[in-house]
Amino acid sequence: MNLAIVLNVVIQGVLTGLMYGLMALGLSVIFGVVRVVNFAHGEFAVVAMYATYLLFVGLGLDPLISLLPIALAFFAIGYFLQITLVNRFVGRSEHEQFILLVGLAIIIVNGLLMIFGPDARPTNLPYSLDSFEIGPLFIDTARVYSAVAALLVSAALFAFFRYTTTGTAIRACADNLTGAGVVGLNVKRLYAVTFGIGLACVGAAGSLMVTIADASPSLAQSFTLLAFTIVIIGGLGSMTGALVGGVLIGVSEAMASFFFAPSMKSMFSFALLVAVLVLRPQGLMGRRA
Amino acid sequence: MLRVENLDVFYGDAQALDGVSIEIEEGAIVAIVGANGAGKTSLIRTIAGMHKPTRGHVYFRGLDIAGWPSHRVCDLGIGQVAEGRQVFPTLSVAENLEMGAMLPRARAERAKNLERIYAMFPVLIERRQQAAGTLSGGEQQMLAIGRCLMGSPDLVMFDEPSLGLAPTIVQSVLQTVRDLNREGLTCVLVEQNVAVSLKLASHAYVLENGRITLAGSGEALLGDDRVRQAYLGM
Ligand SMILES: Nc1ncnc2c1ncn2[C@@H]1O[C@H](COP(=O)(O)OP(=O)(O)OP(=O)(O)O)[C@@H](O)[C@H]1O
Ligand SMILES: [Mg+2]
Repeated sequence: MNLAIVLNVVIQGVLTGLMYGLMALGLSVIFGVVRVVNFAHGEFAVVAMYATYLLFVGLGLDPLISLLPIALAFFAIGYFLQITLVNRFVGRSEHEQFILLVGLAIIIVNGLLMIFGPDARPTNLPYSLDSFEIGPLFIDTARVYSAVAALLVSAALFAFFRYTTTGTAIRACADNLTGAGVVGLNVKRLYAVTFGIGLACVGAAGSLMVTIADASPSLAQSFTLLAFTIVIIGGLGSMTGALVGGVLIGVSEAMASFFFAPSMKSMFSFALLVAVLVLRPQGLMGRRA
Repeated sequence: MLRVENLDVFYGDAQALDGVSIEIEEGAIVAIVGANGAGKTSLIRTIAGMHKPTRGHVYFRGLDIAGWPSHRVCDLGIGQVAEGRQVFPTLSVAENLEMGAMLPRARAERAKNLERIYAMFPVLIERRQQAAGTLSGGEQQMLAIGRCLMGSPDLVMFDEPSLGLAPTIVQSVLQTVRDLNREGLTCVLVEQNVAVSLKLASHAYVLENGRITLAGSGEALLGDDRVRQAYLGM
């Protein structure tokens, strides 16, 4: 076996993994702050894929460009959802939250099926078959662009949480909710901003995902599961963990597909998940269990 | 300035406050004395909007604020130095202080307040970039007081500010309360150290099982036999 081939597979996995990481980041941020698991996460990713597809087919917009308006629209949707619906379920028992978000997921998938039907919709980018050649390495151009975009969005998010007052206030809510009440932070509004940010992440990730998959309602559940797996591997509530977990799963999927069979990639992801749960239950970057 | 009337507070079926009425005059230090579980924290948190009362009124400068959310109550100038300090452990000292100034009423005075707080507690300057969770108990209490003052409050409710602190630090925390009051801040003081808090207070209430059972000037309560027996061990 040739080292260059392995390296090719690994690089491809890392690039895909960064997109996965961005998607998982959304789930992680929502859970870490609002303490609600967004069981409709993958469904939102697929909605973004369809939106990207439509903007491409209708207006000829490149996914790298439509990513911005889609992320903005998803922020607004997330903000609105949290204010109107999810806030009522914050602090309630987990099965009630579960039913709310799974219900939302079912509505989304069936809505997509009604509108678009079950067939996959490919976004045929003009550069989808191009690749960069570096010595013996062939790297998909589209994947490189998408991964760079995913990194930029993630970096913007890290900067938001580190350097802005709103970002700091959101961290404060996650840190000590009683303390947030004591100083008079508007927790409901900050939760809405957080849910909006979480959805903006999935929205952006979904846009980028059209470069590696065709939009189809059947992707939704596996994306939710994927995001969930990544967040648990990386450590619940850890943003770096989500990115690292995404890259790990991306590489594991790429290797499993290449060395074994594409249909076996999930098996390896779950094996990784079980290994992490056994050896380090709080996740790779998580704080305590 | 603040008048609480017939306040009833429940946690599920358990009643924590039962018809509580108190009055706090502008510029005063009012002590609230009571055993563990008497309802002192419940009273403070209900006034602060962190818990909704079942019945009763909370008038602040004539406005009935009972049931308002905490961010609106704080923005009226009602601050709180909470039980257990409630700092944000992973945020830095500077970020904690910043969080105290998120209220619309406090934004314009942010720089001025920060300067004043750093002058009051110089140790916080040294620890500016340090995570609040790594501070000592006394430093965390200074941070909690500083964070509260960042909100430019007119009234501050102190809930056991000296709990768990070394005796010398207890002295300085209570001295801080006295100094702030002299500068014009109205204070509500809940203290395990009943003798000291009654000496500081112009007016005091005794809370027992969610009811006000005794009220009067600090001095009068210090001399009251029931208070001396129950809280001063005399
Ligand atoms: N979140 C809560 N849920 C249920 N019961 C509560 C809650 N908080 C307080 N209580 C109950 O309400 C009553 C009053 O409690 P509170 O904390 O107000 O008393 P306290 O006077 O502040 O006591 P301490 O001196 O221990 O701080 C107690 O019986 C307590 O068990
Ligand atoms: Mg208490």
